[in-house]
Amino acid sequence: MPSFVITEKCDGCKGQDKTACMYICPNDLMILDKERMKAYNQEPTYCWECYCCVKICPQQAMDVRGYADFMPLGAASTPLRGTEDIMWTITFRDGRIKRFKYATRTTPEGSIKALEGFPEAKAADLANQLMLGEPDIMGVKELPTKKK
Amino acid sequence: MREIATEVVETDILILGGGMAGCGAAVEAAYWAKPLGLKVTLVDKAAIDRSGPVAMGLSAINTYMGMDGKVTMNSRMPERYAEYVTNDQMGLARQDLVFDIGRHVDSSVRLFEKWGLPIWKDDAGNFKKSGEWQVMISGESYKIIVAEAAKNAIGTLGDKGQIIERVYISHLLKDEKEPDRVCGAVGFSVRENKFYAFKAKVVVCILGGAVHVFRPRSQGEGFGRSWMPPFLGGTTYALTLQAGGELTQMDVTFVPPRFKDSYGPVGTFFLLFKTPATNAYDGPYVGAYGAETDKWAPYAKAKPCPTPVRNYEMILCTKEGKTPFLMHTNKVVERYQKEITDPKELKKKIKEYESEAWEDFLDMTIAGATNWAAHNIDPMEKPMELQLSDPCFIGSHASSVGAWCCGPEDLMPKEYKDAFPAQYNCMTTVLGLFTAGCGVGACAHKFSSGAHVEGRIAAKSAIRFANDKKDYKPTVSDDTINKLKEIVYRPFALYDEKSMYTTMPDVNPNYISPHSFLFRVQKIMGEYAGSWETLYGTSDKMLETALWKLSFCVEDAEKIAAKDLHELLRGWEAIHRLWVAEACVRTRLARKESRWPGYYYKYDYLKLDEGQKHFVNVKYDVDKKEWKIIERPMIPII
Repeated sequence: MPSFVITEKCDGCKGQDKTACMYICPNDLMILDKERMKAYNQEPTYCWECYCCVKICPQQAMDVRGYADFMPLGAASTPLRGTEDIMWTITFRDGRIKRFKYATRTTPEGSIKALEGFPEAKAADLANQLMLGEPDIMGVKELPTKKK
Repeated sequence: MREIATEVVETDILILGGGMAGCGAAVEAAYWAKPLGLKVTLVDKAAIDRSGPVAMGLSAINTYMGMDGKVTMNSRMPERYAEYVTNDQMGLARQDLVFDIGRHVDSSVRLFEKWGLPIWKDDAGNFKKSGEWQVMISGESYKIIVAEAAKNAIGTLGDKGQIIERVYISHLLKDEKEPDRVCGAVGFSVRENKFYAFKAKVVVCILGGAVHVFRPRSQGEGFGRSWMPPFLGGTTYALTLQAGGELTQMDVTFVPPRFKDSYGPVGTFFLLFKTPATNAYDGPYVGAYGAETDKWAPYAKAKPCPTPVRNYEMILCTKEGKTPFLMHTNKVVERYQKEITDPKELKKKIKEYESEAWEDFLDMTIAGATNWAAHNIDPMEKPMELQLSDPCFIGSHASSVGAWCCGPEDLMPKEYKDAFPAQYNCMTTVLGLFTAGCGVGACAHKFSSGAHVEGRIAAKSAIRFANDKKDYKPTVSDDTINKLKEIVYRPFALYDEKSMYTTMPDVNPNYISPHSFLFRVQKIMGEYAGSWETLYGTSDKMLETALWKLSFCVEDAEKIAAKDLHELLRGWEAIHRLWVAEACVRTRLARKESRWPGYYYKYDYLKLDEGQKHFVNVKYDVDKKEWKIIERPMIPII
């Protein structure tokens, strides 16, 4: 199900050093044609159809067409990703449409403070088995062990 | 000649890979490195927001104990988990490592919740378990959340924390004064002509598992629709072998039974919705071949039935010509109609099921949703096909491939100690080289949460190693770095020198493209080494032929040419996959039984042989160019 770029909508992320789709693609597939200022998928056969590019595109210029190997034409799964949920519109080949909304996150983007609220690590504790926040974070008094 | 810059990065803890395990390692490393003043560097070939198999999202966390009892059902302890994993892997598991995952995994899941991952709860606020070990999540942003925590943690180190993206790691570095010790890595930017050399006190190599070693079922546009993502090139295994490290169970690949072609997940349909699956004639295939599968007792008779035996039932059913298999998603609706009499409640329940069924796909395998729609199949009304897919190397799922690693001090049986140059949890058999996630072998069923927590275990252990050897400084000469640089960019040199010889550079007698090279490896593996082409069967004769043909690939690997950085990336991925292929074939050749019949079986040894209940490990001697098979005993701790 390779991703594709809609010519009319893509603005090449306005000539930044990289486009959003180039930044995010886990498989290094997206590339910017600097002459046309349009991005494209340089190797569609290696596309995992993860939709990372579709979800991040600021112009909504990207979509995915089902792999020709096994998908009849005409269907689409179209995401609209917000800060706390994602809405999907599913278009069937025969024109039926379904729409679903799912939560994605319960905290504001950028708010994570991974180490805050935990006591500072001590070198002396390197030798024991406890890690960040343990055992309290698991709601148990002590880490299970097994006497040899 | 292309101008290529070199950047040497000196650090203390080098984390290679920013998937689930890499992000876990980053958080834990930052926590312990801070008071010690150690520097942490993480390198990823992609952007960590969406790198690794969780890039697309996930709809469930498959490993959660609920040791505090705050779960809807099935509060479990690590002992039961180790028992379950051992039986699922047909009696062979490193129980010390598995137990270790079990006792820590809840802490990572609790962190995920704190960071903002929506975990499904019941009215009492307990995590909703869908099976013995699984909790349901709304996980579209799972990786983004976990990556944000990793970046934040590394950020607290100031100039002693560093994340470098879009750099592909091609080789590890060995210390020139201590030749058995790993002390860094080299790689190249996939975005600019820049070569990187990383020198470190300790290396945590967590570059994931491998797909595309065996041939995918779809080979046109759908080539990339492997169940596990196509960007997993087996680098962890290849680099461990090249460093002289021991890999275990490289024959035990995972064959995922999934919705056909799109590889939509089945776990939630089986566990949460209790969806019936049948053969094409509405008859059962699950549990239908007892006369045959009982030969794999006691494992096959235990509950739950091991994954490789359930797969084998599908193979036996296929041999009878009773496919396609069908997952009757519609029958769940029929069941509700029988069970629920109140029309309002029934409508609500069906709506909830519909939403959750689609979410299961949309959170993690969007192609599965589109495939329903493309075939005009509404899962509430019609069933959909199931099939076994191509085998993949995934040490964190229901299979056991990976490095032979040291276990925790309080759990590892003493019999294993001699294999390791020093006792540090998650260290491979090579000094200074640690791994986690898909990298740790014989420690199955970690999944996303277990991979994250194992990354943390490895990171803490690696920091202890670095701290114990404070005065150590890596010795790597410029000469070594320059030689590796020449090797890394050899595909460019070959292309630049020879490509003008033909009118179309793609076909040229002087070199081979990364894609064509990979096709050759996949064809050999598919036809001889036990994949879907032969219904997962192989034999010593077939494997010997595979080895002979792979030996030409080993030679031709030096003839891979690349026209640009993207092809260079594909070239090195293909070379790393070749190493994985050879390790797999050699291990399958050494094992004279069919212990995991639904993952692969041997026509010439089609039985379980308890006389061979040991781990089959493989290693490579770079100087002598020799492979070696090593047997390691199974020592239970429970």
